[in-house]
Amino acid sequence: MKLNIIVLAKQVPDTRNVGGQAMNDDGTINRSALPAIFNPEDLNALEQALLLKETNPGSRVTLLTMGPHRAADILREGLYRGADEGILLTDRAFAGADTLATSYALASAIKKIGSYDVILCGRQAIDGDTAQVGPQVAQQLGLPQVTYTRRIISLNEGMVTVERSIENGVEIVETSLPVLLTVDGTAAQCRPANAYRLLRFHRAAIPTEQAAEGFRYSKQIVADEALALKEWNLVHINGDAARCGLAGSPTKVRKVDNVIFKAKESKRYSAGDEDIKALVGELLANHTIG
Amino acid sequence: MNYYTDNKVLKHYLKHPLMQRIVAMQEDNYSQAEQFNYAPMDFEEAVLGYEQVLNLVGELCAEVIAPNAKEIETEGPRLEDGRVIYAPATERNLELFRKAGLMGISMPREYGGLNFPRTVFILIEDIVCRADAAFGNLWGLQDCAETILNFGSDEQRNRYLPRVCAGETMSMDLTEPDAGSDLQSVRLKATLDKETGQWYLDGVKRFITNGDSDIHLVLARSEEGSVDGRGLSLFIVDKKCGAVHTRRIEDKMGIHGSPTCEIVFNHAPAELCGSRRMGLIKYVMALMNGARLGIATQSVGLAQAAYNEAVEYARSRKQFGKTIINFPAVYEMVGTMQSRLDAARSLLYETARNVDMEGQFNDLARRRPLTPEERAESKLFAKKADALTPIIKGMGSEIANLNAYDCVQVHGGSGYMRDYVCERLYRDARITSIYEGTTQLQVVAAIRYATSGFYAQLLDEYLSVDVPETLAPLRSRIENLAERYKSAVERVQSFDNQEALDFMARRIYEMAAYSLMATLLLCDASSDGELFASSLSRFVALAEAVVAGHAEYISNFTIEHLSNYSKQ
Repeated sequence: MKLNIIVLAKQVPDTRNVGGQAMNDDGTINRSALPAIFNPEDLNALEQALLLKETNPGSRVTLLTMGPHRAADILREGLYRGADEGILLTDRAFAGADTLATSYALASAIKKIGSYDVILCGRQAIDGDTAQVGPQVAQQLGLPQVTYTRRIISLNEGMVTVERSIENGVEIVETSLPVLLTVDGTAAQCRPANAYRLLRFHRAAIPTEQAAEGFRYSKQIVADEALALKEWNLVHINGDAARCGLAGSPTKVRKVDNVIFKAKESKRYSAGDEDIKALVGELLANHTIG
Repeated sequence: MNYYTDNKVLKHYLKHPLMQRIVAMQEDNYSQAEQFNYAPMDFEEAVLGYEQVLNLVGELCAEVIAPNAKEIETEGPRLEDGRVIYAPATERNLELFRKAGLMGISMPREYGGLNFPRTVFILIEDIVCRADAAFGNLWGLQDCAETILNFGSDEQRNRYLPRVCAGETMSMDLTEPDAGSDLQSVRLKATLDKETGQWYLDGVKRFITNGDSDIHLVLARSEEGSVDGRGLSLFIVDKKCGAVHTRRIEDKMGIHGSPTCEIVFNHAPAELCGSRRMGLIKYVMALMNGARLGIATQSVGLAQAAYNEAVEYARSRKQFGKTIINFPAVYEMVGTMQSRLDAARSLLYETARNVDMEGQFNDLARRRPLTPEERAESKLFAKKADALTPIIKGMGSEIANLNAYDCVQVHGGSGYMRDYVCERLYRDARITSIYEGTTQLQVVAAIRYATSGFYAQLLDEYLSVDVPETLAPLRSRIENLAERYKSAVERVQSFDNQEALDFMARRIYEMAAYSLMATLLLCDASSDGELFASSLSRFVALAEAVVAGHAEYISNFTIEHLSNYSKQ
């Protein structure tokens, strides 16, 4: 069965390698000081898409991201690893979006794509850690959703069976297509970039990049249409400006507190029953467990 | 972490002026862009592509291959029903590199390869071997495909090369229990069934790296009754025939992840590769030269790993209230390790470029007759390649061992424990000066270029490079090295005695090697002083000490001295 698969991805600051200038004085992230990367769990989602494509020859994997022009980098990254097509949603009107406005823009873009069987995205992004965008997109499109996907067990005749993580184990659920799955970091790691694809797709570009001075691959893009990345704005997706960006975001950040962990000293407990009992009691009392 | 971007020296070799020409020839003047969507349109795009692939390799090596090395080394491959089962992490490494499209680096695109030039293949191998020398072997054996490409039939190329590019592994089955360094005495029997025209192999091969490979190249005696190298032919054997079995995996000192096998051919159907009787004298000679460059690269990768481990430890370990890198006894060791590494790498890439150009001309000659100028140039590249290969193989591997030794030393007691990477490097490095021809055999291969004056000529050529004012004093010191080398050769030749020459060859060889490395590092420092100047000044001081020591030995030598050894 040929599937149309959409993978939602986000370019995020690499918060795993945080240096001294990582935070602005007001507590927000200084994006220019951190390398921009493909959100790790979105890579897990991409791998699930590519596995589906392997078992369903002729399927198509479209990568969709929202962000500034430089987010085209992760579209290329996705192409290097096996995606077929990349779409960048970019418009000043999208700036400052919270999760609701983001999911509205993404859902509008998916409607514009039109035909889809499976939408995959990471469980959450490492910058915001909300885990809201995936579920909200499903909601806006009126689709069934499975969160915390570890593995797609089977997909046929309009049904999909998925193994998902739950608190103390896994759960196997079945639902109908089309479906949105959010994938977590315990799922299969994404395959590496492929050298042949690197050599071909490093020329892929959005129209803005193609128009920039010094762009060398216009001829190749005409000859090889897979190199033409799409660039959509508010008008392309028939979006309502009032529901996008800052204007469409009910979330207001009132203030950001810098939390500095002060406790430096460690406590020692002996291996005796008494001490362990005291430790458990203390952990229960401060709600670390239980 | 990324083993390409963290080592700026590698990029320097991508930017060498000769690369323009190498790449243009490799790409047949960029004529493949229409036919293959991943072929570059010009030099600039080709180099960008190499960098992107090097970047990918650097990331995979730092993030996956190096971290897997310990598990692979502990678990190792095992034998099951005549088949080699790799350690699970080895399988994962191979699968990763297959998915990344890194199994047909230098094969032409028509067979599914990346069509990268030799020099870029070596850069990739340099990085892979830094991460895990044992995996470097399994991966690096894809290089055997060159033999099928250059000497096989069209039909063999079409059948085997796409399989290699897709990730099937190869081996070169040369050594036998009684034919090690002396391959002329290979006995494995090849018989031709005259009715069907089918060849069959019977016999045993020993010490075969990756002996249970998918596609074997086998040296066998096709001419019954012959006793020397002219009775040997080269064969291709497909593992799928089911008539080749591994009966033993050697228990080695190092490179545990690379299975070294004793294999039995039991009437295994085989295909002749190239012409009969040319097996050893033509094909294996070419194959071995390629393999020697491969081991030289593995050596440089190991020397790099050893340097990195040493410098990292020396910067973090504190004794007597300061980090140990601040003690002269330690920084002398670490600084020397780096300069030996840089010098070996300068020589490695000079050799690689000459091997590359030799191959480019051979390819061109298969497409059209060369002009007389091209023929002359091609011969010179071939000669340089042949002269430099034994120097970098022998000297590079010795340097890998020196660096591994010093790396353990910098770690002190901890270095003797299995907890640190350095003890693995120490054991892995040890094979490099033995396999694919011991250092002693590299000396034998090199010495004729010393006595003919060719190395002296090369030294003069490299020393004529334009150097910035700041490097002029170092150049004149290197000129002195070259002079001392030339007089030592003269002195040894003046005995007019073969045994004296053989006895002294190793010293002459090292003098040539240190002088050549110093001149080549000078060339690199001339184009990028920031990267190399400090390392160069350390290396020149070291080379002076080595060359002076040997010169002293040679000038005090008398023929009578030989008898002190022969009476042992």
